[in-house]
Amino acid sequence: MKAAGINPTADALIRVQGVNKTFLLGDEPVHALNNIGLSIQAGEYLSVMGPSGSGKSTLLNMLGLLDVPDNGQYWLNGADTVPMSEEQRAVYRRRHIGFVFQSYHLIPRLSASENIELPLILAGIAPAERKRRLAPVIERLGLGSRAGHLPNQLSGGQRQRVAIGRAIIMKPRLLLADEPTGNLDSQSGAEVVQLLEELNADGITLIVVTHDADLGRRASRRIRMVDGVIVSDDCTHYSGSESRTDQSDAP
Amino acid sequence: MIRTRDQLNFSIRALLRQRFRTLMQLIAMSIGVLAVVLLTGLGEGARQYVLGEFSVLGKDILIMLPGRKETSGGMPPMTGEGTRDITLQDAQSLLRLPEVERIAPLVVGNAEISRGARSRETLVLGTNNAFFDIRHIQLARGQILPDLPLDQPSPVCVIGTTLKQELFAAEPALGQWVGIDTYRCRVIGILTDSGTGLGMNMSEALIMPVASSMQLFNTEGVFRVMIDVRSAMGMGVLSRQIEDIMRERHDGQLDVTLITPDSLLKAFDSILSVLTFAIAGIGAISLFVAGVLIMNMTLITVSQRTAEIGLLKALGASSREVRQLFVTEAVMLSLFGALLGTLLAEMLLWLVRMQYPDIPFAAPLWATAAATAIAVGCGFLFSWIPASRAAQMAPVTALQHQNGK
Repeated sequence: MKAAGINPTADALIRVQGVNKTFLLGDEPVHALNNIGLSIQAGEYLSVMGPSGSGKSTLLNMLGLLDVPDNGQYWLNGADTVPMSEEQRAVYRRRHIGFVFQSYHLIPRLSASENIELPLILAGIAPAERKRRLAPVIERLGLGSRAGHLPNQLSGGQRQRVAIGRAIIMKPRLLLADEPTGNLDSQSGAEVVQLLEELNADGITLIVVTHDADLGRRASRRIRMVDGVIVSDDCTHYSGSESRTDQSDAP
Repeated sequence: MIRTRDQLNFSIRALLRQRFRTLMQLIAMSIGVLAVVLLTGLGEGARQYVLGEFSVLGKDILIMLPGRKETSGGMPPMTGEGTRDITLQDAQSLLRLPEVERIAPLVVGNAEISRGARSRETLVLGTNNAFFDIRHIQLARGQILPDLPLDQPSPVCVIGTTLKQELFAAEPALGQWVGIDTYRCRVIGILTDSGTGLGMNMSEALIMPVASSMQLFNTEGVFRVMIDVRSAMGMGVLSRQIEDIMRERHDGQLDVTLITPDSLLKAFDSILSVLTFAIAGIGAISLFVAGVLIMNMTLITVSQRTAEIGLLKALGASSREVRQLFVTEAVMLSLFGALLGTLLAEMLLWLVRMQYPDIPFAAPLWATAAATAIAVGCGFLFSWIPASRAAQMAPVTALQHQNGK
């Protein structure tokens, strides 16, 4: 069975209907997203789990406007994003979405604070205003003494915190994290997770894609994907959103 | 939109980060610019030098040579094959014209100059005392030829410094006798070191009165007559008057040619200008090669920084901004390269000028400006293609590039 794509919540932050995405892997077409339907309210904490190749990263890229679905509809913050031009999507990414990647993707020649500042620079914000916005973020991340260091002078946990700082500097409503603890030891991983959850508690919508079952369980809403299909969608703690469980494998 | 200052800052950091690549491109670009500026500088110096040599003659000089050549384009004849000689009387008769201030007949030949056991074959010029002034020839010591009637021989001569060295070494030469073939004359003056011009090396020459040289070479005719004109105005009219006199004296036949240094100058000037352009073109080719190198390097950079491009797009940079970043980088690189190349070229030209102070080696402004413009243009054009490719890349593909590594 598949998510039917009928969604009565009009004011959801994210509303996805009948989205498909097919890749060619060699000569084999891979159906990475198979008629996906999903609705996410502002402030939710979601985890997306599933085996490799199940389409969870594709889903995250699509939600993050990095990738375009072959067909279907994707409403973000009340706007239909599928017909948008690449330029419009870029502006939307800048304003509404923060990304955290497994391999950090920091720019090696820029210091920690400059990496965090980068989205502000791309948005063309004046230097004085940038400084004003930067200070509280650096303090919050506990990077005060390390702000001037280059990425290769930082530990993995510190790098990921810089990446998170960069993701939230524009105050986005949606934070997408792709295996945020994948390259970290358990201690740094726990710190990063704690930071992400604090941000979620402050109101940001958090979507985490992970292999890590422990990390996945922490989320209040858990989605499982297999072969491009959402096979389960559990909502235990969160009460603001209806839970659709088409094919629950929850105990 | 990203601010211009931030964009420049970003590009400078990117350039500084990849020092080796930046250095290589910088060297390539500066060599290209260096080639253009240096080559045109040398060409222009040579041109100025040759023009300077001609201007020694002055603008208000006419040269008459025997024989009639139709000079409808091309170089004026340098050798006369006259049917009839120009005699000293012919030359003298030109002084009738009020516009002619003075004349200097010229007889040229080779003779063996001897003093004691030393002897040497060298250039002998027969002329009068006006010649020294017309050709701006200066004496180091002694005096110039005496002011004699043209047809009066006199056993005196003026010698160049090299000839003096060869015949007399360190001994005083003034007042000494030298043998010129079977003829003998006394040295009354020694030329200064400078004084080459129009292919004659005066430092090895011996100058004697024209009548004496005609006896020596057993000739009735002169090789050239240099005519000093009072004003450069009406050169054409004067030429016709001179031709009328000569026709009258040569039984109604015009068998002399009149040339002005101006016409020679123009011919040489156009030849040398073409040469300068040609070598500037060679320089421009090396500049183009440097541009292609920048394109390759930008292509490599783009693939090396694919993940960064993806990241910038994920952070909200538009395709245009990504392209701008890469193009800015390349243009900045070309500009620095051009500056460096110009600086190096000017330094080298300065060194060459130190070595050869006579020749005014200097790159014309247009060459420097054009080289810089081509450099920046190449940087812009050749980075546009790979930068556009980078900008077109879908962010997700770009980001996966790193993950796939």
